[in-house]
Amino acid sequence: MSSIAEPAPGGVLSGARSPGAWFYRRPAVAGYALLSPAMAIMLVGVLLPVLILVAMSFWTRGGIGFDTTPTLDNYRKAAEEPIYLALLLRSFWVAGIATVATVALCYPMAYYVAFHVHRHKMLWIILMTLPFWTSYLLRVFAWKVILGYEGVINSGFLSLGLIAEPLAFLLYSPTAVIITLAHAWAAFAILPLYVSLEKIDRSLLEAATDLGDGPARRFFRITLPLSVPGIVSATFLIFIPTTGDYITPALLGGPDGAMIGNLIQLQFGPVNNWPMGAALSIVLMLWIALTGFVFLYLARTFRERSA
Amino acid sequence: MRETSYITRPNLPLRVYAWVFLTVLYVPILFIPLFAFNTSIYVRFPLEGFTTQWFAALMGRAQLWDSLWNSVRVAVVVSVLSTAVGLMAARAITRRRLPGQSAIVAFIMLPLVVPGIIFGVALLVLLSRLGVPLSLYTVAIGHLIVCLPFAVATLLPRFEGFDVSMEEASADLGVGPWATFWRVTFPIVLPGVVSSLLLTFTVSFDEFIMAFFLSSTDATLPMYIWSQLRFPREFPSVLALASLILGASFLLVFAALAIGRMGARRPDARAP
Repeated sequence: MSSIAEPAPGGVLSGARSPGAWFYRRPAVAGYALLSPAMAIMLVGVLLPVLILVAMSFWTRGGIGFDTTPTLDNYRKAAEEPIYLALLLRSFWVAGIATVATVALCYPMAYYVAFHVHRHKMLWIILMTLPFWTSYLLRVFAWKVILGYEGVINSGFLSLGLIAEPLAFLLYSPTAVIITLAHAWAAFAILPLYVSLEKIDRSLLEAATDLGDGPARRFFRITLPLSVPGIVSATFLIFIPTTGDYITPALLGGPDGAMIGNLIQLQFGPVNNWPMGAALSIVLMLWIALTGFVFLYLARTFRERSA
Repeated sequence: MRETSYITRPNLPLRVYAWVFLTVLYVPILFIPLFAFNTSIYVRFPLEGFTTQWFAALMGRAQLWDSLWNSVRVAVVVSVLSTAVGLMAARAITRRRLPGQSAIVAFIMLPLVVPGIIFGVALLVLLSRLGVPLSLYTVAIGHLIVCLPFAVATLLPRFEGFDVSMEEASADLGVGPWATFWRVTFPIVLPGVVSSLLLTFTVSFDEFIMAFFLSSTDATLPMYIWSQLRFPREFPSVLALASLILGASFLLVFAALAIGRMGARRPDARAP
């Protein structure tokens, strides 16, 4: 490898006999060679760990270490014990409401940038996505500052005389989790929505107008249907990571706002029942895969129907 | 592109909505620096007085500086590795037609969507079965998985945006593939590389979940913040620290996004 690790001296003729040239004549080999470091990282860092996680989900906690006799006990427990099912269901609807809210609130924003911003478009996109890149932990922390019992909203409203005593439901509730998730994941919705809206051929809109459609009909008959792929990917991109979120429910959820991520962490932390935690992770992953397939299926059916 | 058409004519309610949206996006974050300069240890209105004591108090904390140094070391290694690996992958993806390519890309992008907690606990289980002790190295492995999709996603548009014929011209003139890469390809994708380095640095620097499961006694900065959140009296100093981190992150990311767009096609220049 060392012979290609530095720029070929002279470059012009020596390149012909270098290993690089050998690869050059075998594009597929070269392609896979270039992909191999990424694949190696993914195999060692994702595939192998997940396989072991699957194996562990069939084990049980032994006296010291684990009892590796395969059993479905953990899954049975996950299905039967009300607390597991309750947290799983809560994760789904909290993430679901947050997702619908985010996509609905971000759609007009993406629409505005796609259709009504003509100068500094890039600046708008950067401004909308910038917070997403900064610390997730700190953005969630910011909402704790705002929604807290003595936080921005309560103390602000109190000193303005709008409320007589602090609103207790703000912090440590599913509502707090939903607000925070919707705020934190906005960029994930904006980008796919913007891309799908930006791609719409403007002449279709002109044609609709020429044929007598008003703005509302034009929107519902042309713009909205053509932006469905963006809506689908935005929904997908937010729903999945928020379902398994840990930080937001841990900081803002309180006992009534805990989600499946917190339960998984408990099993690997204080409860120290790793096989149960592994089983719950697998359940979460299967759920994600199922949602993914449903979404892909819906997206495909829609595309075929509208084609 | 038409500047004013009856379809794109100004829409006041929509413009108002857009500005409200941006305000709501930023204001929650701005409360952190606001209260970091407040004298009271309670985060509440009315504000009491202006002070920089909470920032000054950060100076004397050895644990904080240790965790900052840990985070920087991990982030530097992770950003360089993920960008290098991402560069190779992005080149392979855009320049070759490979069987199974889209499945491979989807696989690499997986950590972008799958909740971090799953890959975090999975790695934890693997490492413990292998008997590998937790350390900053194990945190770096976790961060590498998180950062790789961002590197690839940042670099792919750069490769897609430039004309393959430039590489072919170089090859036709007898320049070897390696020299062609360094003389033609690399300078063109360089803004993407810089952008990817800055973005992956920020992502790794701010990453919490992987570090939460994969770090031992060597805390990263987000882990340090997490540990301080338990103590109400530490709230103001956490606010001060958070203000500094957010400020630095915003600058880094803004630079990264601006550099990444350099010389790239404008997004509003649609193909005819």
